[in-house]
Amino acid sequence: MDVELAVPEAYWTRTRKTGAVMIFLGLLATIVFGALAGSGNARFTLGENVSGAGFDIPGTAGAIIFGLLALAAGVALLVTGRHFGLLTGVALMAFIISALCWQMSVSPVSHTMPLGFIAAATFTAAIPLIFGSLGGVLCERSGVVNVAIEGQLLTGAFFGALFGTLTGNFWLGLLAAAIGGALLSAILAVFAIKYLVDQVVVGIVLNVFAGGLTAFFYEQVMRPDTDGYNFPGRVPSWPIPGLVDIPILGPALFNGNIFSYGSLLAVAVVTIALFRTRWGLRTRAVGEHPAAADTVGIRVLGLRYTNVLIAGLVAGFGGAYFSMLSTTGFSKYMVSGAGFIALAAMIFGRWHPVGAFFASLFFGFFGALTGFLNSIGSPIPSQFLSMLPYVATIFAVAGLVGRVRAPAADGKPYVKG
Amino acid sequence: MTSHEPLEAEPGTTAASPDKSPALPAPDVDQYHVNPSLPPVDLEKHHDQAERQPKHRAPEGGKRSFARTFREELWADNNFTVTLLAIFLALVCGAVLMVIGNAEVRDQWQYLLYQPGKTLGDTWAFVSTAYTDMFKGAVVNPDTVNRWYWDMTTWQQVFYPISETLTNAAPLIFTGLAVAVPFRAGLFNIGGQGQAIMGAIGGGTVGLALSLPAVVQLPLGVLAGALIGGLWGYLVGILKARTGAHEVILTIMLNNIAFLFLGWYILQAGIKDPVRSDAISKPIQESGRLPHLIPDPLLRANFAILLAVAVAAGVAWLLKRGRFGFELRAVGHNPHAAATAGIKVGTTVALTMALAGALAGLGGTSVALGTAPALTVDMLGQIGFNGILVALLGRVRPWGVVGAGLLFGALQAGGNAMQTFSGVSVELVGVIQALIVLFVAAPALVKAIYRLRRSPAAAAQAGLAKG
Repeated sequence: MDVELAVPEAYWTRTRKTGAVMIFLGLLATIVFGALAGSGNARFTLGENVSGAGFDIPGTAGAIIFGLLALAAGVALLVTGRHFGLLTGVALMAFIISALCWQMSVSPVSHTMPLGFIAAATFTAAIPLIFGSLGGVLCERSGVVNVAIEGQLLTGAFFGALFGTLTGNFWLGLLAAAIGGALLSAILAVFAIKYLVDQVVVGIVLNVFAGGLTAFFYEQVMRPDTDGYNFPGRVPSWPIPGLVDIPILGPALFNGNIFSYGSLLAVAVVTIALFRTRWGLRTRAVGEHPAAADTVGIRVLGLRYTNVLIAGLVAGFGGAYFSMLSTTGFSKYMVSGAGFIALAAMIFGRWHPVGAFFASLFFGFFGALTGFLNSIGSPIPSQFLSMLPYVATIFAVAGLVGRVRAPAADGKPYVKG
Repeated sequence: MTSHEPLEAEPGTTAASPDKSPALPAPDVDQYHVNPSLPPVDLEKHHDQAERQPKHRAPEGGKRSFARTFREELWADNNFTVTLLAIFLALVCGAVLMVIGNAEVRDQWQYLLYQPGKTLGDTWAFVSTAYTDMFKGAVVNPDTVNRWYWDMTTWQQVFYPISETLTNAAPLIFTGLAVAVPFRAGLFNIGGQGQAIMGAIGGGTVGLALSLPAVVQLPLGVLAGALIGGLWGYLVGILKARTGAHEVILTIMLNNIAFLFLGWYILQAGIKDPVRSDAISKPIQESGRLPHLIPDPLLRANFAILLAVAVAAGVAWLLKRGRFGFELRAVGHNPHAAATAGIKVGTTVALTMALAGALAGLGGTSVALGTAPALTVDMLGQIGFNGILVALLGRVRPWGVVGAGLLFGALQAGGNAMQTFSGVSVELVGVIQALIVLFVAAPALVKAIYRLRRSPAAAAQAGLAKG
């Protein structure tokens, strides 16, 4: 300890570097966005549509003021070198609002952003990511790398649609979706834990396997007879009276369905289970130091099997979102990369369920923003907006924004003796 | 029988002294580190086999006859037997899926107890026809040969299946090498897809934008593909070396970024085909295209396959004899020891990923300048991800990758024929490919299913590894 204290801390800490980046963004927003913004107003409404209560921000002034706010937060980061999370959040938020003021004031289509709609779209886009990243957290906290989230989501979507149609009951479909995810997880568990195959290898191969298998049965069985095999129906909406009318957040949180309420519940349950129960303590012990856990009598391999299977249940359930909520029915490769974004969300959330939840919302927000900017005819190419989650993840794992650390035994098979 | 990486040759590299090793990002501490020697060693099994070993061993210094070696290795868990049996097992699983996926044959199974002969007969007829169609579409169709003999068709038709196999194999060999090379350095490159996309953008742009003589434009296009792909790979390598970020995560993210970038790129003025309304670039100029091996419109196989084999030979030489190849393998085995021996680990990691990116970029370019008429979003299919399977099946050795690439190319070509003639969806090929790799990656499973003997050659190697 003494030696470490004696070493003078370098001035350019990660926080200060981030501050410098935020100052750059703030200057960009103030000067460029301020110059480009039009004289019109940017209107933000609180409800789900463009009419109703709201507030206006003058385009040029808004772009400049929020740019200056981002700049100020960046300067505060650089000078103090503290309050990393808060100040970075403020700076990024101000930067985004400044950009919105610019875009909306010059938009040829609409100057209004319905915040309630954006919030609802954010949460909807985040739901599969939440389930997927929770599946990742459960697996990796016990020391098994889960790159197969994509495959688990896809299997869940397929099983949900197939069995939901066959039984004519989508609750059974949801159950089948969870079991489908767990079946794929079981393959991961056996190959990773029993046969000691490299876990990333198994995960990648399982993604190809699940993609091929579901696509094959889609072509052979579902496509010729959609009504008989691929018509599961859509899950019902359960609005909570009263709470739905809360501005902005009401439509997002309280006009939900089994998936949206389930995702919130799952985050809470996993968080409490991981950090407040005996099972959680054991899971974390096995993920960090399996040999030590074994010494005190924890069944390392048994716990890993259990956790990987539970992860499959969670991710499979979330996969049903694709075939039973966002569309009615399965189609080939319909998950299209969401599993990898969920993986990114898990890492971005530092292997913590709550972190993964907020990371999923963060990625969902960019999805919603992309859709909105497209709809108002923004000249910013939607592809570049869609890239932002991936770029953010690269920054995260490269250690430029905060530090991420995986469970110590993540990916390492445990062999007794 | 089969040789493992002969890394233990150079003295000095294995003697690591921890206190002298400089503070470098150590690739072996993150959770996505891969053990560069495939297949994974089954520790428990080796323990109990150690005692039984001498029974199979030849006397010291004595040379075993070929016949004896053959007899001992035939049904033992050597790489060759395991790979063959894994392929067979995957085809059996594929047959089961085929039956489940076909309504008529599936319904026939309800009558298994009443008319078992018909059920089994129908099933066999269905499965064997489908796999025969696959063979006919991938290697050679005897009917066509016969018809050609009687002058009822052209000789080109006879070679059509082989040509399709080679066409499909070439990009897979490139992307397979792009995974195999970094694997030997302990890096798992999931980014073949993104690197191939960037390569296709580089090569495709030269192919469609310039109008030069073919002798200039074609090599320029190929080089541009390798260069852009290489830069995309180098980005991963430099981030890994500088910050210690997991290359698995970096490459997954860069895959998605490259895919989105391609979607934007082909819509830009000067690239997009102004005549058409859908998202497609201008066609690649004739002077920029890879010429067919045989100048015939039916036989699509082009020079990409020759280039792929030549590049594989180059990579094989590099890994075995080249100085950089040695450094690469040393880093893969033990980065600390490599650093102690004076190898710059970070530089090696960055250059390895650049090389991998260039290889994948060549794969993308070979599609863009070969079979694709123009740049589209989905022109590459899944060649990057399939390249991972090819590399694993080829046991991350260059010539193994060539063999695995040819097998996967054949499965793809045969799968298309199977879909056309037997009505079995070509998606089954993906399942079979994944299963082959899954079984090959878990030799213990294959060994248990077939009750294979312990291979004397493999046992001898295991002994070495432990000593």
